[in-house]
Amino acid sequence: MDLRNTWDKWPDANGRFGEFGGRYVAETLMPLILDLEKEYRAAKLDPAFKAQIDDMWAHYVGRPSPLYFAERLTEHFGGAKIYFKRDELNHTGAHKINNCLGQVLLAMRMGKTRIIAETGAGQHGVATATICARFGLKCVVFMGETDVERQKPNVFRMRLLGAEIVPVSSGTGTLKDAMNEALRDWVTNVDDTFYCIGTAAGPHPYPEMVRDFQSIIGIEARQQILEREGRLPDAVMACIGGGSNAIGLFHPFIDDEGVRLIGVEAAGHGIETGEHAAALNGGKPGILHGNRTYLLQTDDGQIVDAHSISAGLDYPGIGPEHAFLRDTGRAEYLSCTDDEALAAFQLCTQLEGIIPALEPAHAIARLGDVLDTMDKDGLLIMNLCGRGDKDVFSVAKALGFEI
Amino acid sequence: MPTSRITARFDKVKAEKRAALVAYLMAGDPDLEASFASMQALRDNGADIIEIGAPFTDPMADGPSIQRAGLRALANHTKLIDVIGLVARFRETDQDTPVILMGYANPVHSLGYASFAEAAHAAGIDGTILVDLPPEEDAELRAEYARHDLSVIRLATPTTHEARMAKVADGASGFVYFVAVNGVTGAGSADPESIAGNVEMVRRVSGLPVCVGFGVKNGAQAAEMAKIADGVVVGSAFVEHAQSAHESGDYSKAPRGMGALAGELSAAIAAVVKA
Ligand SMILES: Cc1ncc(COP(=O)(O)O)c(C=O)c1O
Repeated sequence: MDLRNTWDKWPDANGRFGEFGGRYVAETLMPLILDLEKEYRAAKLDPAFKAQIDDMWAHYVGRPSPLYFAERLTEHFGGAKIYFKRDELNHTGAHKINNCLGQVLLAMRMGKTRIIAETGAGQHGVATATICARFGLKCVVFMGETDVERQKPNVFRMRLLGAEIVPVSSGTGTLKDAMNEALRDWVTNVDDTFYCIGTAAGPHPYPEMVRDFQSIIGIEARQQILEREGRLPDAVMACIGGGSNAIGLFHPFIDDEGVRLIGVEAAGHGIETGEHAAALNGGKPGILHGNRTYLLQTDDGQIVDAHSISAGLDYPGIGPEHAFLRDTGRAEYLSCTDDEALAAFQLCTQLEGIIPALEPAHAIARLGDVLDTMDKDGLLIMNLCGRGDKDVFSVAKALGFEI
Repeated sequence: MPTSRITARFDKVKAEKRAALVAYLMAGDPDLEASFASMQALRDNGADIIEIGAPFTDPMADGPSIQRAGLRALANHTKLIDVIGLVARFRETDQDTPVILMGYANPVHSLGYASFAEAAHAAGIDGTILVDLPPEEDAELRAEYARHDLSVIRLATPTTHEARMAKVADGASGFVYFVAVNGVTGAGSADPESIAGNVEMVRRVSGLPVCVGFGVKNGAQAAEMAKIADGVVVGSAFVEHAQSAHESGDYSKAPRGMGALAGELSAAIAAVVKA
């Protein structure tokens, strides 16, 4: 959290990354997000807050997560060396808990007693429910009906952890609808409630705050690769839903000009079909959920429902810092279809003995193409940001198995 | 100057020693033809100002009634340009009733602030309320509005404390819409006594008329609100008549139901004599 680089000037005082970001919320919420920003600034400078997070990371979450040389995948592709940053080994099985921990500790500093969250794959919901159980806070998770259906194991886990699940039926019943409903709850319960957003999007200061909490991924990876290889990687790579695991990996490398930053969006059935979740590759700038960013939308400015086999990537927008990184050319954004992700899911499982979540399977699927553009003695770090236990039912279904 | 339509209307209402009735309906629900007839029925039955809703797929600040109204309008392929066209048609025979477009930022952003301002002005729209465009984010829009005499109507809420109100008032014109409850449209109703102080503060800081809405459904509630406000905004209760029109398939129910409700509300409001 204390890594400084020249990109720390973003977001600016108006919460903007260039022309992206901002605070596009209803007036009811404006005083709340201004207050949140003030509290976050204070917490960021408080050594006790940092010490509390570090302690929980070490003893509860299980950080640092290993940097693992994926030897057989490297052999398979026959190119540059592939390292996995193993954030799937975190408690609760994904990177999401890095951020939840920070936000919930901040909520407690602010005297809030009720935590609300939206979730797609259920990973952010599970992580939030977990931290709330640990600290004895009330937790309400909004989840689209479609996702409740396709992520049953996580729904049950959240219930076990004592969270209340609110299925959301509006829209297509996926992540964006869950986020609308969470915002509606927040405008209704302004006094006791803290909205714990699960990705690096939403109104300022969320994109900055989530990035800061997730940056532990890149901070560790940078140190680990220097120890292992004695040099920086040539590329770092991550899947993109809203962009939190990716920005967490990218941010500590932004000043390292020789390091390519590569994000992989979900192309669903293919970008040309219109059924996808690739906001950067298939969207245009607009305003939704508190920020100006790339969005899937019609010519009339209506939001188009996203599609991805992966519930965690099934969102029509993207965090504003990625919009900026793309427009400035600092980062590259590729995409991967459902079918490619399914194949990569199996490849990684068979060659490395690691069942990845469907989200990072999207990044795995593009490894071959990226390696083709790199020297054989190059180094690449990919964030294996989640494990696939939650996905075995939907993968079985997609592959035609009954379990 | 179109802005003066709003000012002229408040002057008239004040001279009549009463509060204004501000009526909201969703354009294109159950269809544009019914919306047109409904606007006229509202006006004919005592609505002083009309707020015409522009549908959006993700209405974060709306409760179930207005969410459904928006989805019906979108199912009818109602576009922002159609909403502007509806107002232009209303203006052909009504030069006096202020019409405010209410919605979310993205459709307007998508059309482009400059193109929108020009088209809105040409159609006879007097101003807009864009729920997710707070003062911090509307400078660009305001610059375009200034060229076309359109009002930026701002929202104030129970969370808007006095220090913040100065920011909300800066650049606001027409009137201020005070949202009486923390919550979404159509949710619980506010106790007028508990918000009287906020309304007074908003009026003092902004120097503008204050219209109060959220949760007002009938004449009795409207009369209570009229005691503390310069205008009373009613939305979900009107929209429910469009819903029954849609459900029954008899679209004439929309203007009839809305007209009857406007009659009840305006009579109740007029019965409260203001100093
Ligand atoms: C394992 C995993 N990876 C990635 C994501 C996508 O989110 P983000 O882009 O914010 O990292 C999710 C979201 O649920 C997830 O569960």
